[in-house]
Amino acid sequence: MVIRIVARCIVLCLALLAVPAGASMTIEIVGGGANRIPIAVVPFEAPAGALNPAEVIGADLQRSGLFRLIDSQDVRPLPSEPQQVSFPVWRGRGSDALVIGQVIAQAGNRYEVRFRLFDVVKGQQLLGMSYTVPAQNLRLVAHKIADAVYEKLTGEPGVFSTRIAYVLKRGGRFELQVADVDGHNAVTIAASPEPLMSPAWSPDGSRLAYVSFEDKKPVVYVQNIFDGKRRAVARFRGSNSAPAWSPDGRRLAVVLSKDASSQIYLIDLEGGAPQRLMASSGLDTEPAFSPDGRWLYFTSDRGGSPQIYRVPVEGGAAQRLTFEGGYNVSPALAPDGRTMAYLHRRDGRFLVAVMDLTSGQSRVLTDTDHDESPSFAPNGRMILYATRVGNQGMLATVSVDGQVKQRLSQSGDLREPAWAPLRSQ
Amino acid sequence: MKYAISAVVLAALLAGCAQQPAKEAAIEDRTAPARTVEPAAVQPLVQTQGLAGSDASGTALAGSPVAPPKNAPGPLGQRVIYFDYDSAAIRNEYRPVLEAHAGFLKANARAKVNLEGHADERGSPDYNIALGQRRADSVRKAMQLLGAADERMEAVSFGEEKPAVQGHDEAAWSKNRRVEIRYDGEN
Repeated sequence: MVIRIVARCIVLCLALLAVPAGASMTIEIVGGGANRIPIAVVPFEAPAGALNPAEVIGADLQRSGLFRLIDSQDVRPLPSEPQQVSFPVWRGRGSDALVIGQVIAQAGNRYEVRFRLFDVVKGQQLLGMSYTVPAQNLRLVAHKIADAVYEKLTGEPGVFSTRIAYVLKRGGRFELQVADVDGHNAVTIAASPEPLMSPAWSPDGSRLAYVSFEDKKPVVYVQNIFDGKRRAVARFRGSNSAPAWSPDGRRLAVVLSKDASSQIYLIDLEGGAPQRLMASSGLDTEPAFSPDGRWLYFTSDRGGSPQIYRVPVEGGAAQRLTFEGGYNVSPALAPDGRTMAYLHRRDGRFLVAVMDLTSGQSRVLTDTDHDESPSFAPNGRMILYATRVGNQGMLATVSVDGQVKQRLSQSGDLREPAWAPLRSQ
Repeated sequence: MKYAISAVVLAALLAGCAQQPAKEAAIEDRTAPARTVEPAAVQPLVQTQGLAGSDASGTALAGSPVAPPKNAPGPLGQRVIYFDYDSAAIRNEYRPVLEAHAGFLKANARAKVNLEGHADERGSPDYNIALGQRRADSVRKAMQLLGAADERMEAVSFGEEKPAVQGHDEAAWSKNRRVEIRYDGEN
């Protein structure tokens, strides 16, 4: 009993250590898929004190809503190598898949992590890999293993090793934070007493464009998340807002009010004057490039109410995409360019909707009231957005089929989320 | 006389036909170091430069800023203009306020104003920046027609980011859809 309490304290302390930026994020699953894959993730054979990757892998898979964890606590001996696996045992527990592994200490505070994924029904190994990493990357390796398992069993890339950026407002202060997608390892990359907003990831995930009001007006900055260096890329007369990266990472679309109220411009990050894309009769904002770089999606009220349009980046006529309702804004494109997420107002509620760009069919995915800022996961399966429950601003995710929902909260208001691209390192 | 003509044009503006052809604005591209934001690295591989400590920007020394006292009697002491939902039309009741501040700018050649537009919290934060900007531009154009020099006014937007009143109902929202007139050098 005492031992268990002590063990729990150690786990808690480790969890706290892993979140240097302060209070950790709470993740609540509020809906799950209908057909969840039963999987057992056996605790890895690991040195005492080292993070056990199985905990992270299991939590990742469960949170996706596509897996159901099978308990392995009382199985003895717990397998950590292929010859120790008895498939009838796992079949008897109703498990379709099994993950086992080992963490082996090496010189220089490094670890080798090995894992294997089995098809329990066929009694076959589906995957087996080994990673050697410094101790502080054990958690990242666990996410990478979860990604590999997810991809093998669902056919789509996993996104457990990706990051998110968002703005945390607490105590009258604004913090732009970057965290792992499970809320761990949150780091404040910019903090200000004035508002910060609109973070946008560069396609390679190394830089964030965002808007800061430290000069008592909105100015667009680009900051390298690794060395913290940043520069103002749009600081013109009036407001500078809503940055969006071109897929090649060389240009930003921004909204400037220097010539007329809120127009879209392209800025070459190597230098040169901003190039105005259109002369709009209304206000234009929220530019978003299509993944192939050929189209710019945006919000405009040129037709009397805010609606989503798109225009060829190289010039041409704008084309209206949304017609249902008087308020459709904040376009975000799926990585395959075929689906658009956006914000739709219905009966005074602001909801996340998706549109199939081929058929023009749309559907509302959420049932919250105050949604904002939808952003796609890099595998296109989930949409991250901001919402409010009571007086608390929080983040939420919903799968594109509307089935799986999660909420991410912590003390303070969370807003303006942006899901980073897949990491290469 | 000139004033009378302006007043007619202003009346049209107040009625909501606020679509003025935009004037070419001077590009302001200051590269002063930041004052308040402290960047830090996700992975502390490289030491981040402490921008907070390297404050070299400062404020202008060209005499003290010129502004009417905040408690000035009458419309000159009024600094906030409120708007209807999704509207940038200036309600008639604010005409004396704009006249007073345009008059102050004309009489004080060194006075400069920032017109800070705001929106209520509903909907998209980025779209709300654009809505606040339209309100600020609407006030700027009205004051220009009343004789204030355009180059001494900057219209900017805070969107929904700085509500005057906390709260999630129309009572709060109606106080947050606004333009604040702030003179250079004021907090």
